[in-house]
Amino acid sequence: MIGEDEVKKIALLSHLNLEEGESVSLANELNSILGYVDKLQKLDTTSVEPTSHVHGSKNIMRPDVTSPSMPTELALSNTPELSGRFIKVPIIIEQNGEN
Amino acid sequence: MTDVTSLSIAEINSGLVSKSFSSRELTQAYLERIEKLKSLNCYIEVCGESALKAADECDQMIKSGRRLPLLGVPIAIKDVITTKGIRTTCASKMLKDFIPPYDATAIIKMRENGGFVLGKTNMDEFAMGSSTENSFFGASRNPWDTARVPGGSSGGSAVAVAAALAPASLGSDTGGSVRQPASYCNVVGLKPTYGRISRYGLIAYASSLDQIGIFSRTVADCALLAQSLFGHDPLDSTSVEMAIPDLSKEIKRGIKGLKIGIPKEYLIEGVSKEVLQSVQDALSTLTQLGAEIVDISLPHTEYALACYYILALAEASSNLARYDGIRYGYRSPQARDLKQLYSLSRSEGFGKEVKRRIMVGTYALSAGYYDAYYKRAQQARTLIAQDFRSAFSEQCDVIACPTAPTTAFRIGEQSSDPVQMYLNDIFTVPVNLAGLPGISIPCGFDSQGLPVGLQLIGKPWDEGTLLRAANAYESSTDWHKRFPEV
Amino acid sequence: MEYETVIGLEVHVQLSTKSKIFCASSTEFGADPNEHVDALTLGMPGSLPVLNKTVVDYAIMLGLAMNCEIRNFNRFARKHYFYPDLPKGYQISQFEEPICERGYINVSFSPDSQRPIGIKRIHMEEDAGKNIHDMRTEASLIDLNRAGVPLLEIVSEPDIRSPAEAACYLRAVRQICRYLRISDGNMEEGSLRCDANISLRPVGEMKFGTRTEIKNINSFRFVEKALEYETARQLSLLKAGKQIRQETLLFDSASGSTRPMRGKEESSDYRYFPDPDLPPVVVEERWIREIRSQMPKLPEQISKELVEIYGLTPYDAGVLTSERDNVDFYLAVYDVCQNAKAACNWVTSELFGALNQQGLDISTSPVNAANLGALIKLIDSEIISGKMAKSVFEEMFKTSASPQEIVEKQGLKQITSEDEILSIIRQVFDANPSQLKSLLEGNDRLHGFFVGQVMKSTGGSANPKKVNELISREAQRLAGK
Repeated sequence: MIGEDEVKKIALLSHLNLEEGESVSLANELNSILGYVDKLQKLDTTSVEPTSHVHGSKNIMRPDVTSPSMPTELALSNTPELSGRFIKVPIIIEQNGEN
Repeated sequence: MTDVTSLSIAEINSGLVSKSFSSRELTQAYLERIEKLKSLNCYIEVCGESALKAADECDQMIKSGRRLPLLGVPIAIKDVITTKGIRTTCASKMLKDFIPPYDATAIIKMRENGGFVLGKTNMDEFAMGSSTENSFFGASRNPWDTARVPGGSSGGSAVAVAAALAPASLGSDTGGSVRQPASYCNVVGLKPTYGRISRYGLIAYASSLDQIGIFSRTVADCALLAQSLFGHDPLDSTSVEMAIPDLSKEIKRGIKGLKIGIPKEYLIEGVSKEVLQSVQDALSTLTQLGAEIVDISLPHTEYALACYYILALAEASSNLARYDGIRYGYRSPQARDLKQLYSLSRSEGFGKEVKRRIMVGTYALSAGYYDAYYKRAQQARTLIAQDFRSAFSEQCDVIACPTAPTTAFRIGEQSSDPVQMYLNDIFTVPVNLAGLPGISIPCGFDSQGLPVGLQLIGKPWDEGTLLRAANAYESSTDWHKRFPEV
Repeated sequence: MEYETVIGLEVHVQLSTKSKIFCASSTEFGADPNEHVDALTLGMPGSLPVLNKTVVDYAIMLGLAMNCEIRNFNRFARKHYFYPDLPKGYQISQFEEPICERGYINVSFSPDSQRPIGIKRIHMEEDAGKNIHDMRTEASLIDLNRAGVPLLEIVSEPDIRSPAEAACYLRAVRQICRYLRISDGNMEEGSLRCDANISLRPVGEMKFGTRTEIKNINSFRFVEKALEYETARQLSLLKAGKQIRQETLLFDSASGSTRPMRGKEESSDYRYFPDPDLPPVVVEERWIREIRSQMPKLPEQISKELVEIYGLTPYDAGVLTSERDNVDFYLAVYDVCQNAKAACNWVTSELFGALNQQGLDISTSPVNAANLGALIKLIDSEIISGKMAKSVFEEMFKTSASPQEIVEKQGLKQITSEDEILSIIRQVFDANPSQLKSLLEGNDRLHGFFVGQVMKSTGGSANPKKVNELISREAQRLAGK
């Protein structure tokens, strides 16, 4: 069973805000969905390969060739906030991505 | 002159060539009808100006003797497929002003074959839903009863064809989103084999299940569009290089000796008696046409919905992570720092159902639950696909069943309980899980005058046989000729 | 109590492919902001990735060079986190199934100390964009040119035992990548980046201590400095009986210290799952064979050959093999002159010295290998003296002319004919009778005087060895008379 705390954690991971009292109703909805999908636990999946690609295709690759990128102006034509050719966001506190 | 908006593509083709009417006149007639039937709310955006311009170009080409399968035909496009320079919203506040800088491959192919965009159709937000109620632009209405839903998520595209607001349209089908609304609206709806039509430019809901589909009035029109859109695309690693038969020829061969499998597991509770009756009658018709009915078993059917929802929601939570208000899309004006930029933009930009699905999907992928949910669902998927494989290899050529358990339900009737809502997809999701082609064709009406759809399911890459069976049935019935009074 | 330092490095190598890992945008460095972006780079809705085959080729090549097992069935996974430089909200990477595993490289920590360092895994992934922070306007600016550039992440086993060893290991990794020509390994431009895991444990203890991770170290010098600082910090905590906190740190190069990274408090849960947009990559034996056949000899192998076959010192071998271009140049010089020692001396001291002075490197050297080899050949066949050779070399460096041309033009040929030299010796003897008398009386010091005189009167072009010999012989003849 998912509790309110778990709902809050998932919301944080998903970057979604919960409204007042929403974590309770969401917990109920999620539990109803998860309750339903729990029937999969009955299934004997010993030595069953998981399917990621239904038609089993493999080695789909392209040669290392460049083609012209989009003009920057067009590429950034939907960007809410720009600074020159840069995309602008509120300042990032710490200098770290994940790499 | 008959009303041009009631014509099939085949009829449009001959009308344009014989100069009975021009593409401009045809387009104009559609634009007027769209304006008149605005209350169905099936278009998010009508591209009047660009469509008329394209129509004029087509008329020039026709005059100069050019012949293309879709030349001069305006087509409605579900607003989940990107169109360069034309707003593409996914029926979401998140993308309400998004103008893609590129065309989807399907759009490029449609244009190459002479077609052009008439407008962008309404849908459930990000294709999440079975009713077209979850749209930022309001619910679409079923032309057979405007108090009812047209089905979803490609409801707008189904309504456009059903109400003669477009001769054909494109949709997307992740778990039944083309076939179910086709069934609710009395039109033909094809979901091809996964990998047949490029997904490049199809805004992803669940990448391993999504496939662009086709709505049309007749099976022959569907074959015409399929021929134009099928094929490998180097921009989509999951599209597959496979021979494509001449579908328009293929569908005319009869169905003598065709084996049609009826899965015993599909006779479940909750299927309306009237729907079952219509499907039974359809099977009798098919038998009279020379087909043989065989009983088959798809033993893992009961796990299909659970499997589908885990895979679809997990993939959706990932595919929708890119909407952060930074590079494009809705950005909350309230945000004071980066964290708020993410959470406010996403919370304000996504609708309730989308958020619910992101949450479930996030949970299913989170540490400690992956094996129990996602991996297990992938294993169930293997078993479900195997069921179909063995049925097709030993017993039958196509499988028949209802497209949906019921006819169209009332707006607002089902949206409260997510699990109940998901049950609408019971007959359609296994097809996506197994990557198979499936088609819904009109096969009758219930006592309230609501359309019923027959679903046929084919072997992978064997749309030819599927369309042949559908065409044989359509040729000996006239359900598809009925128009709603709107 | 004595403590031992345990270090493992995670090195990100940017591959020098022309196009990005999953789309055809250019990877060129130094373009205008957001110049090399297309729909996929921006994470636009509807865009899809298609794998660049060369990235897999390079990964296999590095794996073979690092003695790894190459995985047959490869998948890409999505790694989820939110960051403005990550356009899709996930990074396409590999998770539980990296393409290369269980390898090692032999690292020389000094000319006579070498040890294998284990390679735990190498995997393929895409790079993120770049953020510029503007404190003044309280904004960060995003440039996505780098987003989607292919990376190989090389994860070592915790086999490194000191900050100095870590720097040696990092240099060795860079050297291999440059030999394979899969990356320029330029740390300043960010094509080589390094994170370090470090912990301390009592000597003799098998269990690892609590480790910290230092992120984004961007020069060889800083790798050593950051790890030295962190070793000292952990040591003082342990000596004071305190606990080490497992945390992620940043190295501040200005202060030379590490500090905990803020903004990492949100528990990271990357929600990896196989990317449904990318079918698996199956690496068959044939593909591996093909890559193996294209691989150059690696520094370790060449270095061994230089010592064992060419008779060079391990030190010289090390200098020559530091870069593939250098050793290729050396071997080309050797091919012409067949004199391993002399070729080494000329390349490492004369040529490198001159190049250094001019701020050039081997690829822009005005003297090519064929000409340098020819120069050594002229010395060995005694056509010119070593001293003359130096001035010929200077001319070669200035004009790129061949040594033969220069010798011809300047009339620099060495006098090697015995008759010619003997006649000059006789003239010099005649001109210095008193010194000759002294020499003949057995004053050997005057031998050098006469050598000098003979060389002087020939303008240095006489073969000094011959001059020496003939003076002795002529003096003996005169004395015996």
